[in-house]
Amino acid sequence: MILSYYTLIILLLAGTIRVATPLVLATYAGLFSERSGVVALGLEGMMLGAAFASAASSAIYGSAWIGLLIGVSTSVLIAGLLSFVCVFKQGNQVVAAIAINLTIAGLAPTLALAWFDLGNQTPSLVNPGQRFLELSLPWSSSARLHPFPGLLYSELISGHSFIVYLAATLVPLSAFILYKTRFGLRIRAVGENPYAVDTAGISVKKIRTQAVLISGVLCGVAGTYLATAAGAGFIPDMTAGKGYLALAALIFGNWRPYRALGACLLFACTDSIATRLQGVSLPMLGVIPVQFIIALPYILTVVLLAGFVARSNPPKAIGIPYDK
Amino acid sequence: MSNIKSSLYLRLEPIVLPLVNLGIALIISSLIICLIGESPQKAIEIIWKGSFGSGEGLGYTLFYSTNYIFTGLAVALAYHAGLFNIGCEGQAYVGGLGVSLVGLYLGGLPVWCVIVLGIFAGALFGAAWAAIPAYLQARKGSHIVITTIMFNFIGSALMTWFLVSVLIKPGQQAPESRAFSTHAFLPSLKGLFALLGINTGESPVNLALVIALIIAALIWILLWKTRFGYELRVSGTSQSAARYAGISPESYMFKAMLISGALAGCLGLNELMGSQHRLTLDFPAGAGFIGIAVALMGRNNPVGICFSALLFGALVQGGGELAFEMPHVSHSLVIVIQGLVILFCGALEQLLKKPLRKVFLTHV
Repeated sequence: MILSYYTLIILLLAGTIRVATPLVLATYAGLFSERSGVVALGLEGMMLGAAFASAASSAIYGSAWIGLLIGVSTSVLIAGLLSFVCVFKQGNQVVAAIAINLTIAGLAPTLALAWFDLGNQTPSLVNPGQRFLELSLPWSSSARLHPFPGLLYSELISGHSFIVYLAATLVPLSAFILYKTRFGLRIRAVGENPYAVDTAGISVKKIRTQAVLISGVLCGVAGTYLATAAGAGFIPDMTAGKGYLALAALIFGNWRPYRALGACLLFACTDSIATRLQGVSLPMLGVIPVQFIIALPYILTVVLLAGFVARSNPPKAIGIPYDK
Repeated sequence: MSNIKSSLYLRLEPIVLPLVNLGIALIISSLIICLIGESPQKAIEIIWKGSFGSGEGLGYTLFYSTNYIFTGLAVALAYHAGLFNIGCEGQAYVGGLGVSLVGLYLGGLPVWCVIVLGIFAGALFGAAWAAIPAYLQARKGSHIVITTIMFNFIGSALMTWFLVSVLIKPGQQAPESRAFSTHAFLPSLKGLFALLGINTGESPVNLALVIALIIAALIWILLWKTRFGYELRVSGTSQSAARYAGISPESYMFKAMLISGALAGCLGLNELMGSQHRLTLDFPAGAGFIGIAVALMGRNNPVGICFSALLFGALVQGGGELAFEMPHVSHSLVIVIQGLVILFCGALEQLLKKPLRKVFLTHV
């Protein structure tokens, strides 16, 4: 009995890690962008663009690595367009991001249909080389035989795609860059008080552009994960609002790296519980509607924004174009 | 001489600028069609023929336009109060619940009574869905863009739950409600168009079009001919000026969002009472987002919105024909055009304003 609960919890946590990976990447993308003062509503579009580009190129060239490269480049290109509009042309950041999200949401299926003729999708990636498959770390199969510490190793630490490990290293790295380097200090300063940064002789536009491009890289990895690791190809709207969920996690984490990570894990955990709880009747509660669990992260974020639980401290200069 | 030219241009700018921006969006879309390997000229011909070339096509174009008038007005009204309402999708969806409840449970009442109740229920539910984000923005300062996005997702989950668990027609798999009572079917405008010699065929163009146009006129009057509208616009333009004049911008933000949600909530009249006659899953189908493009292109003016709604109605209807005639062109191309219109008319509005003024204005 205890063992089955133990297995269940480990599988739940492993599921949480898989769901959390793209979310964490996108949330950290948003972290860089928003801390520099640029609204991160374009995460969805960048991720979707990367998902399409990586799936398409992996299908054509037969290599997931080329997929990752092209996926990230596409996302960075979209980030470049976004920073051109928001940073250099002082356009409305919210409107620009919505525009880009819609354009990509239309363009990806359009190109998929035109290039592959499979009804708005890319071909499924069937060859092992076309996807980032789950790696098994050394001794994981023999560790499985000893459930108590072993299962923890074989299911939770081993058995994930390369991108999961990449995301795991990017988390402390991003936190380090933002809080312990001069560049990170400048990003945070530009998001709080661009005038002060400008007075110090540092280009606000340059810092913001760099931050948005970094968010492009991270979203590119997230999109590639969706299409070549979690899924096996591109399908329309495959990001399914993850870019907005990432924004919710960012707000929930009060724009701080580790709190945002916690929010991502919480949201991912509710998601993986939701898939397991479908139709299961719980003691005291009965059957919880899946839709309620799906909406839970958004409800929690609104409650948090309402200020009943904690104060929310967004970057002060967020959304305000800077013009000398 | 040059002054006449200048003042003429300034007068025409609200019309010229959106058209130039639309032109750029269409040129980029044409390039995409070229990239796909089809002829843009032929594509435009198909879109034109599909949307205006036949009575039935025109009927469908007007049917779609009706949706976009509602959501376009919703976005515009909030915009005048200085708010960007991207929650129209959710407000329209939840508003549809109100319309459906009337259609399902109050259908025994006389036709006109049901229609009026439908309008009120749609507006009430839409406004209710906008009320919490509006309150949080006005009182707590939480950003309306973020909260309305969250409410889109919450609304979508709520409606799925309603459809799957509560309103689903018994003994059926598809998440749809049972059909409305026939009293809740909005009358078709087929007869009216027949008087003009147009046969709208099987198209679902219905009374909601007339309702939308009347509401557009009322919103125009509200915004520019009443004290309420004036104070609302002042609050949107400058909060400090509004406060100095004794106007509470927070109160107007709240009211504007309620009206905006109510307008979006009326979408169900056209789509549900007018055409599908039952509540279906995800019936707004992106109309809330098209509303953003419509409002931006119509420069947040009800008259402009009616025209740009017509344009987007034509694009959606013609785009459907295009996907049918050119199997390599996806229906999603219309979404690209929408996105580009928002980009150029909204975010990059200033990009062309200066060069155009340089060309046409001599003394700037």
